[in-house]
Amino acid sequence: MSTSTVTPPTRGSRFTAAAANYLDERTSISGAVKELGRKIFPDHWSFMLGEVALYSFVVILLSGTFLTFFFDPSMTEVYYDGEYLPLSGIHMSVAYHSSLDLSFEIRGGLLMRQVHHWAALLFVASIGLHMLRVFFTGAFRKPREINWVIGFVLFVLAMAEGFTGYSLPDDLLSGNGLRIIDGMLKGLPVVGVWISYFLFGGEFPGVEVIPRLYVLHIMLLPAILIVTLALHMVLLIVNKHTQFAGPGRTNENVVGVPILPHFAAKAGGFFFLVFGVIMLIASFFTINPIWNYGPYDPSPVSAGTQPDWYIGFADGALRLAPPNWDVHVFGYTLPFGILVPMIALVGLLVVVAIYPFLEAWITGDKREHHIADRPRNAPTRTAIGAAGVTFYAVMWAAASSDIMATHFMLTMEGVIHTLQALLFVGPVIAFIVTKRICLGLQKKDREIALHGFESGRIVRMPGGAYIEVHEQLDDYERWRLVSFNDYAPLMIRPNAKGRITAGQRMRAALSRWFFEDRIVPPTKGEIEHAKEHGHH
Amino acid sequence: MAKNPRARTAKKTGRRHPLAAVALIVIGLLSTGGAYAAFSSTATADETGVVSQSTIEEGEKLFAANCATCHGAALQGTQAGPSLHGVGAASVDFQVGTGRMPMAFDGAQAERKPVQFTDEQIEAMAAYVASISPGPAIPDEEYLTGDSDAANGAELFRINCAMCHNVAGAGGALTEGKFAPPLGGVAPEHIYEAMVTGPQNMPVFNDMNLSPADKADIISYLTYVDDNSSPGGFELGSLGPVAEGLFIWIFGLGAVIAITVWLTAKAN
Repeated sequence: MSTSTVTPPTRGSRFTAAAANYLDERTSISGAVKELGRKIFPDHWSFMLGEVALYSFVVILLSGTFLTFFFDPSMTEVYYDGEYLPLSGIHMSVAYHSSLDLSFEIRGGLLMRQVHHWAALLFVASIGLHMLRVFFTGAFRKPREINWVIGFVLFVLAMAEGFTGYSLPDDLLSGNGLRIIDGMLKGLPVVGVWISYFLFGGEFPGVEVIPRLYVLHIMLLPAILIVTLALHMVLLIVNKHTQFAGPGRTNENVVGVPILPHFAAKAGGFFFLVFGVIMLIASFFTINPIWNYGPYDPSPVSAGTQPDWYIGFADGALRLAPPNWDVHVFGYTLPFGILVPMIALVGLLVVVAIYPFLEAWITGDKREHHIADRPRNAPTRTAIGAAGVTFYAVMWAAASSDIMATHFMLTMEGVIHTLQALLFVGPVIAFIVTKRICLGLQKKDREIALHGFESGRIVRMPGGAYIEVHEQLDDYERWRLVSFNDYAPLMIRPNAKGRITAGQRMRAALSRWFFEDRIVPPTKGEIEHAKEHGHH
Repeated sequence: MAKNPRARTAKKTGRRHPLAAVALIVIGLLSTGGAYAAFSSTATADETGVVSQSTIEEGEKLFAANCATCHGAALQGTQAGPSLHGVGAASVDFQVGTGRMPMAFDGAQAERKPVQFTDEQIEAMAAYVASISPGPAIPDEEYLTGDSDAANGAELFRINCAMCHNVAGAGGALTEGKFAPPLGGVAPEHIYEAMVTGPQNMPVFNDMNLSPADKADIISYLTYVDDNSSPGGFELGSLGPVAEGLFIWIFGLGAVIAITVWLTAKAN
């Protein structure tokens, strides 16, 4: 506060004050602004990945609205009479015709289509990366388990939005994608054919599915997505954001910048940067050139037919299933080549969704955690994550098996067989290697915290011996290295009836597996002792 | 059946004319020959007609020096290479003209590489092979102009070719290391010849299957794709969603992460 002069309020600030007062007297908004405006957000680049998802979603909403003005999901059959020569006179649906018109006849239409599609790819990619950040820093632990599940639902909704959108243009590529979904549905025993006929309104492909997917894509799914997103944000505010350990940062506080004005200004700027990146990509790079694919016709399939990247893991799972897995029972066929991949996919998604509860049960940890773990300080969790990422990545890579075969001059069978083996061996290797790396890094941290780091200065002692001088860390740097929780495996305890249940045994075994190999953070005593020792 | 007796007598005289048998034989020969020529490749006759004996002899020498080791001195084939019986001039022009022959090594499939011979030498070898082993001929210029119905060509391409070569002709994988090559920049005559001869693992699309006009339409479509870049910007190899996914992860997300690091960087 300045005490020397009191400057009279300017015209502008008088207007602002009056306007704010007017609003507050009618809405009592100052309470909310006071509460939210002083909300603190910690600063770390990886905390902004969720924002990227949010901003690309805004871009998707804007560009998607533009597209709805011109896209017509009708399946009425017409002959193409537009600009694109290699399709002129070709028989097609109005849906495909209007997608082509969007691309060739409507000013800015192609750009908006590309913005929409690129933003969708970025949306799901940033959600994936955001989830990985949350996982590897343990930010899903109490009290944030429910928000993890909500975030997972958002991820699934984003994939559903992507897939329904991908199917709308009714070109060859999207039709092939729908055919695979149809095949997977029909692979389900008993109910499969019923579900397929219900979805497609009769025999595949029919004329019902595109208008139905359109309603899902522009109305139902976005509405659910927005509500879920709002819930996600509310819980984020209620739970507060996690922060990395550092001087002055405890489990009880949040150190960072307040929403108003700093964070809001930065976030607003960041929105336009993300928007700009998407616009640049969309202006210069073709995405989904529907004019190449031609109208959907169930007979042709193009080489290199793949879904968008986020459905790739499902496509890859199907490609990795060995042939000849059909089993015939009482005149029915059980196509295990389709059922097993579907079970694997659903299983993977379920494990991702319930992981916070699994880990809480294994560790028996009921404390609240607001300090994000460094991945190395939870070696088993990090290793599980690495194994999961590997499992997903192998399936994902399998979706491009044909492209790998042609571009790296390999045989298709070689690629598939290698990936089949990697699907099982890869996660195990990733688990072991990641865990060892984490433990090694923890050991190094402990060493540095206690004895400082090697300065590279060699001193010759009077007795002729050489020693390397170790530089001590200052207290701020050391804090970062030593502040993490120590866990120990759970003990088996008899329950109220004096019995040890099988569940208890399993929990204890899992807990032992989780925490058996660990590096204990240095205690205060050890640090003090090392400091004195270092001063000699 | 009461007919004009005048006409009947006139017909009788016509049929009993001394030259009637000769005329019948001529008509019969002409029609069978014509029909045969129409059903078999029309160009074969032209091509053998224009090639001189000296060209064939030069081709024989070139063949003996460069091809006979694997294909046999009399085109009969050896353990190292298939017999060339029935391949015709088109096959030679395609295989040698795209550099696939002579083969660099015995792999899953002969690769496109720099052409080893001049156009005259290729023509001579083609003439020589066609002279002892007639087959599909080098196509007429009229089918190679690339300005016929590209829309029909695109549809035929999607139905007949895209499952291996990709809708945009970007190529694709086959089994055991074999592949359908990308079609960008391939000369129209080579596309035509590939369709009629079915090189490597490609099936033959004969004139009953795709008429010469259909083939010309397919060539027109591929020419269109070659000449017109994508209206949407860089094509990322026309590889579809895999290339797009890689691009957004590496460059899209990469750029965004660079921005997040920049935004949260502490001022020095």
